[in-house]
Amino acid sequence: MEQLVHNFFNFEILSQAWPLLLAGFWMTVKLTLVVVPLGLAGGLVVALASTSRRRLVRWLVVIYVDFFRAFPPLVLLMFIAFGLPFLGFDPGAFIAVALSFLLNTSSYYGEIFRAGIESITRGQHEAARSTGLSVPQTMVYVVLPQAVKNVVPDLVSNTLEVIKLTSLASVVALPELLYAARQAQSLTYNATPIIAAGIIYLVCLWPLVRLLSRFEHRQIALH
Amino acid sequence: MQLERLADTFFNLQVMQQYLPKIVEGFFITIQIALAVVLAGIASGLLLALVRAFRIKALNFFIILCVDILRALPPLVLIIGFYFALPAIGIRMSAWVATWLALSLVLMAFAEEIFWAGILAVPKGQWEAARSTGLSFVQTLTDVVMPQAVRLTIPPLTNRTIAITKGTALGAVVAVGEILYQAQTAYSFSYNPSPLVLGAVAYLILFIPVVYFGRWVETRFAWKR
Repeated sequence: MEQLVHNFFNFEILSQAWPLLLAGFWMTVKLTLVVVPLGLAGGLVVALASTSRRRLVRWLVVIYVDFFRAFPPLVLLMFIAFGLPFLGFDPGAFIAVALSFLLNTSSYYGEIFRAGIESITRGQHEAARSTGLSVPQTMVYVVLPQAVKNVVPDLVSNTLEVIKLTSLASVVALPELLYAARQAQSLTYNATPIIAAGIIYLVCLWPLVRLLSRFEHRQIALH
Repeated sequence: MQLERLADTFFNLQVMQQYLPKIVEGFFITIQIALAVVLAGIASGLLLALVRAFRIKALNFFIILCVDILRALPPLVLIIGFYFALPAIGIRMSAWVATWLALSLVLMAFAEEIFWAGILAVPKGQWEAARSTGLSFVQTLTDVVMPQAVRLTIPPLTNRTIAITKGTALGAVVAVGEILYQAQTAYSFSYNPSPLVLGAVAYLILFIPVVYFGRWVETRFAWKR
């Protein structure tokens, strides 16, 4: 028991590691604030492209989505972080993370938005068009608001996954929460910082998990 | 000229040939971990959901707590915790076990939630009808409710399972010899990104069929509204 407290819940170590962990936490927040909106925007573009009338465009979207869904995100990240410099372009850790996340998460968000758009019946399009709205206006004012509302639980669920995914940035030495915790661990020879990082993730993400559980149970109640 | 240099950098046949056996070795280790994770994760998730169906308050509180924690923590944090933090209190495990255990626990949590949602989706009348014919609680659960519940859970479970098996790449961080680790090691030895290309191709060969299988399952078992 004493060993457990000394190695995992050591307040002396925690106070030493705290500035590092806090800096890491803010980097994780910053990363989330960049990566989530980017992924949402990318996903919306992907979903809109998949409603294109041109078969070629739809075809390319399917290839794009399947390709990036088949790649583990960490593989994509390493490929971009280590491969791009050979093209004479060193993106730096932050851009490499943002770029790989954009490619990966936009395909997932794209599939969700697409399902939302497909859930809106043909009649809605026709009614909107018949009132004189143009095709883009119909999409923006009539279809998308309802489509997004239908897929809110899936969007939240994917966003939770994306936030958890930001921990991968530690692998390319971006000093986010997990990286800071590992660094603190090697500086102090004590595992407390890793446990602390886990607790920070837990405290921040638990409300999202609870919210999702509520969504899931409500969805079932509707059946 | 430019193109030639590009090919020499990213598709260097000599380097690829040298490291191909390593990548193939990693390919089979990835499959091995993935299968072990799927088996352990889904089986334990199903078991937890069945236990939860008995609605024993204290036990269910504990199950929900575990599931919530495992859904909130990034898998990489779990792997690092198992591999680098647990030895401090005398619990040691190999990198393979740490990766397998972390991913299995995460899949268990998601599978439990999905199976539980499936159980709840079966109308109460089914329970009552089955019980009134004289079936016991356990018989009702296993013979009436679960067959219907499992059908509903197949599409979300397949997608979640695919997403988590891709997490086997995280094993590279603790030096499990799977595809990404082999590719990364070969890259640092040769200082040439061709092994990374090879690794990427290996993942595509492995996961594109899986993604298509997921799509097929989704349409085959679509929820009828």
